[in-house]
Amino acid sequence: MTFLNAIFRNLFSRPATRRYPFVKREPFPGTRGQLAIDPDRCIYCGICAKRCPANAITVSKTPSKSWTLDNYRCVICGYCVEVCPKKCLTMKQDYFSPK
Amino acid sequence: MARKSVIPFGPQHPVLPEPLHLRLVLEDERVVEALPSIGYIHRGLEKLAEQKDYIQDAFLVERTCGICSFIHALTYCQGIEALLKLEVPPRARYLRTVWSEMHRVHSHLLWLGLLADAFGFENLFMQAWRAREEVVDLMEVTAGARIMLGMCCVGGVRRDLTDEQLAAVLKSMDKLNRQFDDLIPVILKDYSVQQRLRGVGRISRETAYERGAVGPVARASGVARDFRETGYAAYGELGFVPVVETEGDCYARMEVRLAELYQCLHLVRAAVRKMPSGPISVTPKGNPDGEYVSRTEQPRGEVVYYLKGNGGKNLDRLRIRTPTFANIAPLLAMLPGCELADVPVIVLSIDPCISCTER
Ligand code: SF4
Ligand code: SF4
Repeated sequence: MTFLNAIFRNLFSRPATRRYPFVKREPFPGTRGQLAIDPDRCIYCGICAKRCPANAITVSKTPSKSWTLDNYRCVICGYCVEVCPKKCLTMKQDYFSPK
Repeated sequence: MARKSVIPFGPQHPVLPEPLHLRLVLEDERVVEALPSIGYIHRGLEKLAEQKDYIQDAFLVERTCGICSFIHALTYCQGIEALLKLEVPPRARYLRTVWSEMHRVHSHLLWLGLLADAFGFENLFMQAWRAREEVVDLMEVTAGARIMLGMCCVGGVRRDLTDEQLAAVLKSMDKLNRQFDDLIPVILKDYSVQQRLRGVGRISRETAYERGAVGPVARASGVARDFRETGYAAYGELGFVPVVETEGDCYARMEVRLAELYQCLHLVRAAVRKMPSGPISVTPKGNPDGEYVSRTEQPRGEVVYYLKGNGGKNLDRLRIRTPTFANIAPLLAMLPGCELADVPVIVLSIDPCISCTER
């Protein structure tokens, strides 16, 4: 009897899947999608690079100030966001997609 | 007497999600002996852990397993906290329990799908994975990631849940409960499921005990051993009792896991209702020094972490004994005497997770 219920529910309910990539699900508010930096506030102290468990960030002061992220190394843990003294790192909700 | 032949099972096999290799000695269609060999996906994780500091290691050990990741981090953090003599705030302990149990739900549903797939029950496979989507989404809502939550840190957890989120958790648990009510009685009574699982791969209580079975494999054979009984995190305050079956066959192992699904929902609800308020973490001070063995119960059984600190930021040694490693010996006792066609089902009935076994 329970099985009949399940059958009917499955027949008349919407599909559980989406027609990706035409229909995309909106990310949830707290999702950690990808890392973003506000370069104007960054002081290039290198703390994020030192703390990152995946060695995904490289910061250099000389010859020119630069902050680079290797998106393929980053495991999106969000640890750098917590330790940045200037709070210039943020987590964006959408995932990083290769160009 | 029939001629003996040896055939390889794995490392690449349609039912195996991960590379486990078994050399099966057959007499006609009957298995007389099975010899395992592992080592196809060793990643050197324990060595890498020595090069990262103890805070970063929490993220690293989480990646030991792609299914029960949170509980790996939990085990590790509990070990480091014991070495640092840190007292974790109660709210953090409860949140850890909530996420641990969510992981167990998703792990058991994933396993159910894979098992169904192994004996050719596509429909059940889809139903189980659809239900799993609910809990995986819930983890994304609460922790920000679907599997690698990254929420457990030394000293507590990294994100607090608001009252609305806790209410959403309760709502999801009700939804899952309804889905289980639809699904589980049907699975248990289904003719083809019974035909494929009953009496297959049976091990006795003694064998399970002697071979050091852990988790649902041990509990399905009547060994009532579950590390959650020791009351780590918040389990001691939630009235936890292990699920035990006595048959010891594949069906009993399935029964244990299906009953645990309900139990997980119960534990999550109880933890959310009793959730104390207060801080969610304390800042660790100093460096770990000394040795500690940290143990917790994962969906597949008991995991053991050996941690050795030297007073510096890095650990001297980190050793992980995962439940699948312990369950390979009982698996070898299950296989002799079974038909070749039952081998995939028996292998899946221990819920093998090879990449964590090899680390
Ligand atoms: S920690 Fe913050 S301020 Fe320092 S280099 Fe990184 S992003 Fe810039
Ligand atoms: S999110 Fe984690 S892995 Fe990615 S850059 Fe930051 S610390 Fe490194």
